[in-house]
Amino acid sequence: MTEQGKSCNWALEINDLTVAYNSKPALWDVDLRVPEGVLLAIVGPNGAGKSTLIKATLDLIPRAAGSIRIYGKPYRQARNLVGYVPQRGSVDWDFPTSVLDVTMMGLYGKIGWFKRPGKKERELAMSALEQVGIAHLAHRQISQLSGGQQQRTFLARALVQDAQVYFMDEPFAAVDAVTERAIVNILKELRERGKTVIVVHHDLQTVRDYFDWVALLNVEMVAVGTVYEAFTNDNLRKTYGGRIAGIGAASGAIDVTSTRDSAEYAEVGDAV
Amino acid sequence: MQYKSHHVWWVIAIMALIFLIFIPLSIALGVRYDYTLTTVAVGGALLGAISGMLGTFTVLRKESLMGDALSHAALPGIAIAFLIAGRQLGWLLVGAGIAGWIGAQGIRAITNTTRIKQDAAMGIVLTTFFALGLTFLSFIQQLPDASQAGLDQFIFGQAAAIVRRDVELIIIVGTFALLGILFFWKEFKLITFDREFAGANGYPVQLLDLLLGTLIVVAIVLGLQLAGVILMVGMLIAPAVAARQWTHHLGQMTILSMMFGAFSGASGAVISGIDTGLPTGPIIITVAFTLVFISLLFAPERGLLWTWWRQLQDKRRFAAINVLIDIYRHACQHDDPHYPAPEGYLRALRGPIAKTGLYYLHKAGLIRSVGKDKWALTDSGEAAAIHEDRNRLLWALYRQHSEALSLPSIREEREIDIRHCLPEDAVSQLEVLANELTDKQNLES
Repeated sequence: MTEQGKSCNWALEINDLTVAYNSKPALWDVDLRVPEGVLLAIVGPNGAGKSTLIKATLDLIPRAAGSIRIYGKPYRQARNLVGYVPQRGSVDWDFPTSVLDVTMMGLYGKIGWFKRPGKKERELAMSALEQVGIAHLAHRQISQLSGGQQQRTFLARALVQDAQVYFMDEPFAAVDAVTERAIVNILKELRERGKTVIVVHHDLQTVRDYFDWVALLNVEMVAVGTVYEAFTNDNLRKTYGGRIAGIGAASGAIDVTSTRDSAEYAEVGDAV
Repeated sequence: MQYKSHHVWWVIAIMALIFLIFIPLSIALGVRYDYTLTTVAVGGALLGAISGMLGTFTVLRKESLMGDALSHAALPGIAIAFLIAGRQLGWLLVGAGIAGWIGAQGIRAITNTTRIKQDAAMGIVLTTFFALGLTFLSFIQQLPDASQAGLDQFIFGQAAAIVRRDVELIIIVGTFALLGILFFWKEFKLITFDREFAGANGYPVQLLDLLLGTLIVVAIVLGLQLAGVILMVGMLIAPAVAARQWTHHLGQMTILSMMFGAFSGASGAVISGIDTGLPTGPIIITVAFTLVFISLLFAPERGLLWTWWRQLQDKRRFAAINVLIDIYRHACQHDDPHYPAPEGYLRALRGPIAKTGLYYLHKAGLIRSVGKDKWALTDSGEAAAIHEDRNRLLWALYRQHSEALSLPSIREEREIDIRHCLPEDAVSQLEVLANELTDKQNLES
């Protein structure tokens, strides 16, 4: 197989990505190849560049070096294959608009310039809201939503984009347990439909349950692979440094079936 | 609360009515709408509407201070344009626009290249440009040329200076601004709400920023001779701030903001047009902030009076419910649902709020006075108490088990009765749990 043909098999391919803020590297020489149809968690300590990785991939911030391919094409040409869920805190939820309106924003790119969303867009948005379980809130003002409902709104907006690859920045941050489960179900549904979902995640405890692939990041990429291969004690220590050394005894590969171990990691991760 | 709120149309209708009344009223008060005054009034209304329209976006983008910096930065541009071209409005505005634009770029450059934050950068640019402008003005005033008079009108604004040709210019530029907003409505909305998402969707965010920013600069520059460089920011943001109180819909907010702006602009222009000694800017701002004040107080949902009233209602409602259950439980201990509870006991239990609760329960016919300072449940009071007691138990069970039973999340924040919050099958699930619990308790006792 030629190099070119091979690269097309990856839903996302990042080569030698370097991003610098004021000449301090936020990401250094990062490589990441994600096959189609997986749920990938990006984990790492604060300041590891997790959000930066997504933003650089989506051309939202300038890259110092490196290339990005989505299904073999640069982002500019693959935009309609990509859905995006930004961090919930990145917008002002007191903006005068409704849940349905925000959801329809996911269709603006398809509607094109100068045109307004119509009946068809409204229906698409409604069915996305049904999917995330908040269709009854469609006409509600967004400032009246709970955190979980805000997150579902953002998710619905990404769903109407009908993308192949989804990027989600901390979708589980500060949502209630019911919402968290609802989101997980949607992620799994997306995977069943052959979509690829890349999620910035902060809770090491749930990585095993929610995801099948994991990328451990701390400015440099420490490890990428299936959760079974990459989510090891050794790699976690490399990612979180001495801060995780406290758990000591269980060095080397950890028992994959044990959730107790990962719970311990989570505590250490939270303590960081 | 539905977001297509209809009361907004009432506010808009009332504003239109005030407009209609304003003209005959002012005539009755002795204002004569001669040619000059009509021109000034129309000019003021149009400028107010344009500022109101673009002020909506300025406020939502949290760039109010940027607007202030821009208008101050325009002053040296006006002075330099005067030195070059003389007192011609078109050139003065071009000068103002260029200086304002340079000021904005200066702020951006300082913020991007140094560690100085945006507020400090604005402060630096605003004061520097304003000082520069004042220096130029005092220099111009020493020139022998007689036509220099009136340039300092740009500091506080002077509507009387508006002539027919200015109104034509305002109409042309205003039409362009309106078309710009209409054409790029959904794009402007998107970059204002969520820039990152817009960027990820391939919208040229910087270009749209530049376009919207240019429209805002145009609105500011046009408004300068009406409101003056110092107070222009008030004319830009006050109508939008007032409008935001009344609606949750961007379109409605923009229309309302335009009406508020038009009203402030027109009334300010007319009042100062009658007595040319009065500077226009302060009058416009006084009118505009009266509207803001009224809106902050009286707007439904967001208004202070509304909030205060709702808190009072909640206080009374919960006082009544709590005291009702107190009386009921007290009665149950005596195995007689109509057994009276002494007021002193209820007060000891609940504090002085018990008095409030008793008052409203009595008013609703749920309790009756028996003997001195003793209260007993009426039949309807007993039914209500049983209902409330059960409701509280169901809530407790919901909080405890909703996840295990995967019950839907509750959405009516201000609804107390759980039976109105959940679908029937969910309620019956909780009822089963409640019955099990009470059966167990009965068995134990």
